[in-house]
Amino acid sequence: MSHVIPYIAAIQEAIREEMERDERVLYFGQNMATSPEDPFLKQFGPDRVRVTPISETAEIGMATGAAVAGYRPVVELYMAEFLLVATDQVVNEGTRFHFMSKGQVSVPMVMVAGYGFTAGWAGQHTGSIYGMFMGVPGLKVALPSTPADAKGLMTTAIRDDNPVLFFQNYLLLLDEGEVPDGEHSVPFGVADVKRAGSDLTLVGTGYAVRTALKAAETLARRGVSVEVIDPRTIAPLDVDTILSSVARTRHLVLVDQATRHSSVAAVIAAEVAELGFSSLEAPISMVTALDSSIAYSKPVEEFVLPDEHKVIRAVEASLGLAPAST
Amino acid sequence: MPGGAAADPGSQALDAGGAERLLATMWRIRAFEERLEPLKRSSMVHGLTHLSIGQEAVAAGVCTQLRDDEPVYSNHRANGHALAKGVDMGRLLAELMGRADGCCRGLGGSMHVVDVAHGFLGATGVVGGNLPFAVGSALASRLLGRERPAVVFFGDGAAQTGIFAETVNLASLWQVPVVFVCENNGFAEFTPRSAHTRVERVSDLAAPFRVAARTVDGNDVAEVHRVFADALTQARAGGGPFLLECLTHRLSGHYVGDPGGYRAAVEDEAWRARDPIGRLVRQADAAGWFDVERSRAAEEAARDEVEAAVAFALGSPFPDPGIPAELTYAR
Repeated sequence: MSHVIPYIAAIQEAIREEMERDERVLYFGQNMATSPEDPFLKQFGPDRVRVTPISETAEIGMATGAAVAGYRPVVELYMAEFLLVATDQVVNEGTRFHFMSKGQVSVPMVMVAGYGFTAGWAGQHTGSIYGMFMGVPGLKVALPSTPADAKGLMTTAIRDDNPVLFFQNYLLLLDEGEVPDGEHSVPFGVADVKRAGSDLTLVGTGYAVRTALKAAETLARRGVSVEVIDPRTIAPLDVDTILSSVARTRHLVLVDQATRHSSVAAVIAAEVAELGFSSLEAPISMVTALDSSIAYSKPVEEFVLPDEHKVIRAVEASLGLAPAST
Repeated sequence: MPGGAAADPGSQALDAGGAERLLATMWRIRAFEERLEPLKRSSMVHGLTHLSIGQEAVAAGVCTQLRDDEPVYSNHRANGHALAKGVDMGRLLAELMGRADGCCRGLGGSMHVVDVAHGFLGATGVVGGNLPFAVGSALASRLLGRERPAVVFFGDGAAQTGIFAETVNLASLWQVPVVFVCENNGFAEFTPRSAHTRVERVSDLAAPFRVAARTVDGNDVAEVHRVFADALTQARAGGGPFLLECLTHRLSGHYVGDPGGYRAAVEDEAWRARDPIGRLVRQADAAGWFDVERSRAAEEAARDEVEAAVAFALGSPFPDPGIPAELTYAR
């Protein structure tokens, strides 16, 4: 059995259920509980649901200390770019504790960050900046593309004993989808085949999974069978599922809304080039954002970002198909 | 006597026994670090070595009053804090030598000493980076219905970071039991305080956040002990955060090997006359507690303990060069 809810509601459902299940789960954020009618505040009280000042650095550091002491804080950061304000705490403090202490301490903490508000929010609030965190040792990075994965990955994130960066996409927040009833968790490091296919492997990340699925649908009408894979977590990254798909399809196109040189696509391309080169019948193709800031003006914003049309062009080139008229 | 953290010392006025314990602790730190310097210069100690020679009164006056479940967060200059909090000297030195028997198996090193059993929860090498951890620990203690204060050490250089203001504000907002202990040694790495700020006292920065604060002579271990005891009593009773600024002076460079050109600007000799160990001995003599012979005995015991630690650390193997999966991620 399942129920249909929006992506954001699925995330909230996971947090609520985990808070019900485990008293150690705390919820912090700058606009948390702005009204006494806030459902989290009403249900869990002000000890566990806390408003924080606009102090991302202290907020994440404080959550780290609470996590070391045995709590499981979830820190709502709103915009992913606000992580950058607190980079030392995100990258270089709590993430190191477990290793540097020989495992004496662990930091079970979830940082929730929204990304990719590519709807005129311009250069500082639209970035798909997850790629820059995937090489941080000790940090796990979740990147759900559907409501079901959003709930399942959040459940897993809260139960995980490590710092987890949970990236939610702003343009997907209201997208509805089926979510399994009852307890639902999705394992980290296990990619999901969102659409099976045999001619080409198309890997999307986060929001770009939707772009990939649209392109695959369009191509299917032309008789091109595209397999769409969603890694779901980019640290750990499930390279094996991608390699085994490429071993069958022999073609790989990667779609990522991140800038090309900070993209998950670049990392997957390198892994497949090293580990799956003999499978390939055509060069790997990366359809990413340009290495540019996102523009405010809509036509320029669209120029910078990947879209279905750009993905289809890349698939055609990989398979040696004549471009379809659009 | 080992002189580490007591089980439940409570906070009380200093007496002969308490003074002897502080003396022993300061000698242990001094002897350890004086031995560390040649070990570093002969490359038996790996990596960066930051000494706190001259600042021992702060570590001793603070850490010896804490219970094991009252955590300390330290910084890059951690040796004194660690020893005074009860970290075993041999395991600390083994850590500094990168050996398998180090308290973190040589994976952390001098700037990242952790010993959970003694409530030495972490040391960070990024100035100011440790400050908010104490607020989280204190909040956790509050939520658990305990009220175990957390202590975080920082230097005067950290007071110029944004995270300092953010953290003091948050601690005040939530009124959690944190004692911020500033070791104001007048130098931020290689430059004097006057090159960094026009604020004379770090304690002046607490008032706008409505956090109680005091500045004390950080080379007077009795004064550090007395004022910290009051702060601890207040924090344990739910009185919220406190900032203790200890004016002190490091008699060595920022790290071993620091060329120290900038140090011509300071009068080490004047500070040597205010050496915290000598001052405590003079105070104890005047109070009729003990005399310099007692201090010599404490020094000798400390130097013996250091030699035993050196033997232990040198006898410890280097760790297996592999990275166990359970250390890559916690499970």
